[in-house]
Amino acid sequence: MTRDKPLIEAVGVEKRFGGYTALKGCSMAVAPGETVVLIGPSGSGKSTFLRCINLLEPPDSGSILFKGKEVGRDFASAVRLRREIGMVFQNFELFQHLDAAENIMLAPMKVLGLSRHDAHDIALGLLAKVRIRDKADSYPDELSGGQQQRVAIARALAMKPAVMLYDEPTSALDPEMIREVLDVMADLSAEGMTSVVVTHEMGFAKRAADRIVFMEAGEIVETRASADFFGGAVGARARQFLDQILH
Amino acid sequence: MSFQLVLDYLVSPAFFHGALITLLLTVTALVFGIVAGLVIALLQEARFAPLRGLALVYVWLFRGTPVLFQIIFIYNVLPGFGIRLSAFLSAVIALSLNEGAYMAEILRSGLRAVTRGQRTAALALGLTRGGVMRHIVLPQAMRIVLPPIGNQMIGMLKTSALVSVVAVEELLLVANQTASANFRYFEALSAAGIYYLALSTIFMAGQAWLERTLDPKRSRARKQRRTGLKALIPTVDIR
Ligand SMILES: Nc1ncnc2c1ncn2[C@@H]1O[C@H](COP(=O)(O)OP(=O)(O)O)[C@@H](O)[C@H]1O
Ligand SMILES: [Mg+2]
Repeated sequence: MTRDKPLIEAVGVEKRFGGYTALKGCSMAVAPGETVVLIGPSGSGKSTFLRCINLLEPPDSGSILFKGKEVGRDFASAVRLRREIGMVFQNFELFQHLDAAENIMLAPMKVLGLSRHDAHDIALGLLAKVRIRDKADSYPDELSGGQQQRVAIARALAMKPAVMLYDEPTSALDPEMIREVLDVMADLSAEGMTSVVVTHEMGFAKRAADRIVFMEAGEIVETRASADFFGGAVGARARQFLDQILH
Repeated sequence: MSFQLVLDYLVSPAFFHGALITLLLTVTALVFGIVAGLVIALLQEARFAPLRGLALVYVWLFRGTPVLFQIIFIYNVLPGFGIRLSAFLSAVIALSLNEGAYMAEILRSGLRAVTRGQRTAALALGLTRGGVMRHIVLPQAMRIVLPPIGNQMIGMLKTSALVSVVAVEELLLVANQTASANFRYFEALSAAGIYYLALSTIFMAGQAWLERTLDPKRSRARKQRRTGLKALIPTVDIR
């Protein structure tokens, strides 16, 4: 799988906030169909890295390559890239003024120009896929956290993205809802959806990841194939971090 | 005291015309006030500091002087610069510019209430900045600013009476002129008061209706009816 041409690649990405360097030259290539789990302590730059990959944050240096081509620095190129990349957030961020189906229909209608009718069909299909078909008419504040996050995943999928980015998708969820979200994500990965997942759910990583990437203080410290990682091939700093989150 | 006279005034063309002018003043000043307020609100959020400064000066000027002063100023001073406007137009301009300073604050609070996360989520879907504004920020901000804008509208109805100083034939001026001809103040002012109350009642009802319509949950029943209809006649595309 690592021999495939990368679908998306970050090369030497640096990001500063004022005087603070959040990313110190991070590089990562993700092959088509691959699922990468990104772990690391809070503040290590995981969210910033994800947001640089879809150019929600413009990197200060380094570049993003999509299907082998470097993505331009202009706003239009960034918008085009984001149409190919789905993103899921810790706090779901469903649009509060729209119901579940409308949340999913918005981008297909306003970005792709689909008719309301076609977008509605897509929404119902995706809601069925995330196992929440009966909630099409519910507004975000009428849904549980787990349900909201599954709608958010469906919303991202509606653009038929080539890559999915998840930023701690289950951190804001009550324990009993974590599983329903992780199951949906694992199914997508198993179907071959290229994914980068920031999570501390090591059970999910074991089940769905092809590779584990460990970040610390704005740097990618370690990258391991999942089998090696869970077979015990883990560097000292990653080991220390794992001990912390597992105990 | 004659109730018959009050009734006569109520249905007289002069009072009706005065009420119409008041309504027209209120609505146009409010519409242009919202436009001015939106411009100021966006300037206040601008990255370029001189634009923010400009907005600051505007708000300082129009909140720091009486509306009455602004009305008289625009009507009497602009002609000195060769800009000759009708009394009505001067009044609308003065009221709109003044309203803009207050509206900016209301609109800004609405825009700010839409969290950064909502914008980010929309950007991540591939919407442009304009698309995020139109489809995410404005619809959400609208529901927040509607109640205070409703209050402003009622306030404007009453403020509009001030433009009688530049002899715009609005409701209060008509009432006052009528009364000073025959000293029947009670009747003329009662008639004007009834018109004002009628107009503000209509505004309040309109506001309540709009708030209901913009509340997504209340419009759900209507939407379900619509999709139900679609299911009944699947071959007819009613888009
Ligand atoms: N918009 C921002 N402005 C200033 N500092 C930021 C911003 N976003 C992130 N940071 C800083 O960058 C560092 C990395 O943050 P983040 O990427 O959120 O870490 P993680 O997701 O791994 O917890 C943190 O120290 C954070 O305070
Ligand atoms: Mg984070």
